[in-house]
Amino acid sequence: MKKLLNGNLAVSIAVALSKVDVIAAYPITPQTSIIEKLASMCERGEITASFIRTESEHSSMACCFGAALSGARVFTTTSSQGIVLMHEMLHWVSGSRLPVVMVNVSRALGPPWSLWVDHTDSLSQRDTGWIQIYCSNNQEVLDTTIQAFRIAEEINIPVMVNMDGFLLSHTFEPVDVPSAKKVDIYLKRRRKKFEIQKQKSISFGGVTYSDDYYIFRKNLQIDFEKTRDIIEKCEEEFQKIFGRKYGMIEKYSMDDADIVVVTMGSLSGTVKDVIDRVRARDVKAGLLRIRVFNPMPANELRENLGNKKIAVIDRNLSPGKGGIVCQELKSILFDSGTSCRIFGFIGGLGGKDISPSQIEDIILYTYKKERPEKDILWIS
Amino acid sequence: MDKLIGRIQKYSWKDISKDELVYSGHLACAGCGAALAMRIALKALGKDIVIIVPASCWSVIDGIYPFHALKVNFIHTAFETAPSVATGLKRGLIMKGEKKKTVVSWAGDGATFDIGLQALSSAAERNEDIIYICYDNEGYMNTGSQSSSSTPYGATTGTTPATFSRENRKKDIIGIMAAHQIPYIATSSVAFPEDMTRKIIRAKQIKGFRFLHILSPCPVGWGFDSELTVEIARLAVETRLFPLIEIYKGIELCITYEPSGESIRKYLRLQKRFSHLKDKDIRMIQKTVNRNWENLIRNVSIWKKKTEDP
Repeated sequence: MKKLLNGNLAVSIAVALSKVDVIAAYPITPQTSIIEKLASMCERGEITASFIRTESEHSSMACCFGAALSGARVFTTTSSQGIVLMHEMLHWVSGSRLPVVMVNVSRALGPPWSLWVDHTDSLSQRDTGWIQIYCSNNQEVLDTTIQAFRIAEEINIPVMVNMDGFLLSHTFEPVDVPSAKKVDIYLKRRRKKFEIQKQKSISFGGVTYSDDYYIFRKNLQIDFEKTRDIIEKCEEEFQKIFGRKYGMIEKYSMDDADIVVVTMGSLSGTVKDVIDRVRARDVKAGLLRIRVFNPMPANELRENLGNKKIAVIDRNLSPGKGGIVCQELKSILFDSGTSCRIFGFIGGLGGKDISPSQIEDIILYTYKKERPEKDILWIS
Repeated sequence: MDKLIGRIQKYSWKDISKDELVYSGHLACAGCGAALAMRIALKALGKDIVIIVPASCWSVIDGIYPFHALKVNFIHTAFETAPSVATGLKRGLIMKGEKKKTVVSWAGDGATFDIGLQALSSAAERNEDIIYICYDNEGYMNTGSQSSSSTPYGATTGTTPATFSRENRKKDIIGIMAAHQIPYIATSSVAFPEDMTRKIIRAKQIKGFRFLHILSPCPVGWGFDSELTVEIARLAVETRLFPLIEIYKGIELCITYEPSGESIRKYLRLQKRFSHLKDKDIRMIQKTVNRNWENLIRNVSIWKKKTEDP
């Protein structure tokens, strides 16, 4: 059934349809309406979940860790300062191989205070061992949240779904809401390797000597490499039931493109419009949106970006390094044996608008110049 | 005094279970109060429990992978998270239909008084159905003895050396927990296993957030011979420094053991961490102990009077 939903409502509905057992959360703008909706659903008995009002995001993730150990399906959601506060427990959850699902409503980090979209919050959690997916519209937000439970529970690695604060979280779009019956077919009950309630005496997460620690960490990496196939498998089944598929990357006008704009999140919609506009003037531009940031779809990126001029638009900043997506792309394409050139643009920090004319300038700059004049090209 | 203590059912050593749920191969130091506390506590808690342990001596005492020194389930977690992890686990177990399993947070004083106080307060405020046990060795002993907010006035530690030993008093964690008006609070000591057993059994019978504070002397950190652990724990109680009490709903205060009121000097002089204290310091500490005890008696009297009034 089609409904007019903002991103936050889409998440709440997806979580309700996914039949979570435990929700632990702490309010933060712009995530708040997700947990308000979920709390009211719990109160009215529309969903049978245990809702924990924690005193911090750190404790939210700690509650998720404990709840996931019991075999329950767990969910939390946060933004900005909240995800950064969780940092320690993000490592703890992924290291414990627990399938927690989190929605992060992307928002810039302070100081100075900013309430608006920026991907530095979640990208600075790159090394915590979470699968990270970035959505571009509210339909994708709803679908990805449902997929996230399936992916996480298939391989026991936590999944973070990211959506742009306000641009998606508070913007209404028509969204097709699937029936509960279909979601039940897609999401089976969580299977567990062991059940703490049936064990008599196990110790979980205790001290290890270096040799054992090394094996645990190596196994996490080996399994992480399998996640690409798992995500694809989960997507194929999703397509069979719901008729929609997103892929690791999204491509637009890529077939004959000489210039490729690479970006993440909701900005891609605007980029598509600009591409149509410049193509009318014979500038062969295309778009590649990275949907799954971790694990990076390295093969797809090498395949599609070889021998092209690439304009990366980073809505984030790693001070001292520059754009994070740009750095990642450079490392992936470094030994790809192609002659691609990467132009690293940074813009949209703290929700600063990136206008169609600025995107046009970016494309035309990349079209005209042989190489970028600077490592970081600021969109002003 | 009899009036104040009231009619509390006494336990004897015969009431303590003979099941040993701590294996002998654990990694505690000789004379460790924390190991003794776990041994006595588990006898009362039984097998059908899950223990959550944040960073603490017990993270190590449990053994190194693949060894595990307890006959119960044991979950290690980050320093400040034991009450939150216990909350999540209990809620999850309820949702999975496993309502009876007791979830116990077992944390040191650093995790309780300092880094985990925020999460502890939150779980207590929500009255989560868990038992929180703080084994208090009055400092960060796992990292080689540094001062926590549980370290008493005058003690030397790695971060409060003798020349400027600890100037602040021990944080009143029982007062903090009582202010949360949780269903049950108790203090206990490794020198009084019958009292501890009774309190843990009582805690198990109550629903909601239950807080137990166990004083567990540390031979290494406090500086005494390992055979003196029980003696020192006993002196802490007998000198009225660490009264054995229980508090119901944050107000109903009972003293569960009448201390003989020995001089605090005897307790302090057995420990290296207090060896630099001069007579005037000891007199001052004695004064503080006396004042705290009088306050405690007054609170018991007030409570007794309240219940006697029609």
